[in-house]
Amino acid sequence: MAETKIELLTLSVFKRNPIALLILGICSSLAVTGQMATALVMTICVTLVTAFSSLTISIVRFQIPNTVRIGIQIMVAATLVILVDQILKAYVFDLSKQLSIYVGLIITNCIVMGRAEGFAMSNPPIASFLDGIGNGLGYGFILMTVSFIRELLGSGSVFGYEILKLASNGGWYIRNGFLVLPASAFFLIALIIWTIRTLDPQQQEKD
Amino acid sequence: MAHSIDLIFRSIFIENMPLSFFLGMCTFLAISKQVKSAIGLGAAVLFLQTITVPINNLILNTLLKPGALTWAGQPDIDLSFLGLLTYIAIIAAVVQVLEMVMDRFLPGLYNTLGIFLPLLTVNCAILGGTLFMVERDYTFGESVAYGIGSGAGFFLAVVVLAGIRERSEYADPPAGLKGLGMTFITAGLMAIAFMGLAGM
Repeated sequence: MAETKIELLTLSVFKRNPIALLILGICSSLAVTGQMATALVMTICVTLVTAFSSLTISIVRFQIPNTVRIGIQIMVAATLVILVDQILKAYVFDLSKQLSIYVGLIITNCIVMGRAEGFAMSNPPIASFLDGIGNGLGYGFILMTVSFIRELLGSGSVFGYEILKLASNGGWYIRNGFLVLPASAFFLIALIIWTIRTLDPQQQEKD
Repeated sequence: MAHSIDLIFRSIFIENMPLSFFLGMCTFLAISKQVKSAIGLGAAVLFLQTITVPINNLILNTLLKPGALTWAGQPDIDLSFLGLLTYIAIIAAVVQVLEMVMDRFLPGLYNTLGIFLPLLTVNCAILGGTLFMVERDYTFGESVAYGIGSGAGFFLAVVVLAGIRERSEYADPPAGLKGLGMTFITAGLMAIAFMGLAGM
């Protein structure tokens, strides 16, 4: 695949979205989308970890023995996640409490491993770095869309600011309790997948 | 005893790994096309969870916790920041050993579970079980109960989803919803059903 640098960044957002097409990294996308702030922090964390783990692995890819490559990829990812986790605990402690174990679970987020194994092992460092960022953004795109809908209609706010005035505060908007439940993320992601696959029929699954 | 039974039931039904915490989704959705392979995957998770959660609990309590190294004469050392790295290494090691032992002594079981085991190293449900154990500060006994319960919860959920998916093969959804989209909606409905058990 000869793709330009810009294509590497943008392709993963729509055409090759890690969540919608490849079914990677779904766990965290469902659990942290209740509020936009947590979703944004999660997106940034995943993007950074994916980008830097791809970069690191791509730099040392000729030194890694083939038999232990998965172990090394996990170690690189785990080290980066510990860094991110410590930084979050130091500067935004409240958010890090809310994300609880999901930051630690970035290690096993299949996007990180998938890109390391599928792209970084066979491509030069800069391309791998960009590919990592692109995939992080593709993940973030779904995450932000889902959390926007859930927070706006479920709590009437965006990033914690009240947009639709709630009936309980003397406004007019009666909040949709269903969208506060984590299960609603399943349906929203299903709808997003439906939209993407209708716009781009190539992605549809054949029997 | 009553406490551990309570914990097992809670982790199977109320705090179900895939359906309440959305852990292990990738494998949950990918390997639920047929009941047969779902049973294999579920059994592998149950097996691994029952082993890794208690082992990680021992590691946490004897090596990593603040003050845990008192037995070695080093009461001031706090290694808890190494937690993530250690847990994932333990899980990977257990998977490797388990594979070798099963290949040697239980070839039948190995052929059923074999392909799923390496996959489970990077399954969020396995690491998630350990992390929940750490966060909730379980004792060793509790961690055994939690390991069994959360593994059984995954088993139950993935087999039920596979059963539903096998039946809905014959349905005729819009082209864009086929496959992944329908699976998401099915899993969502199951999650809502499981939420009904939360009041128990």
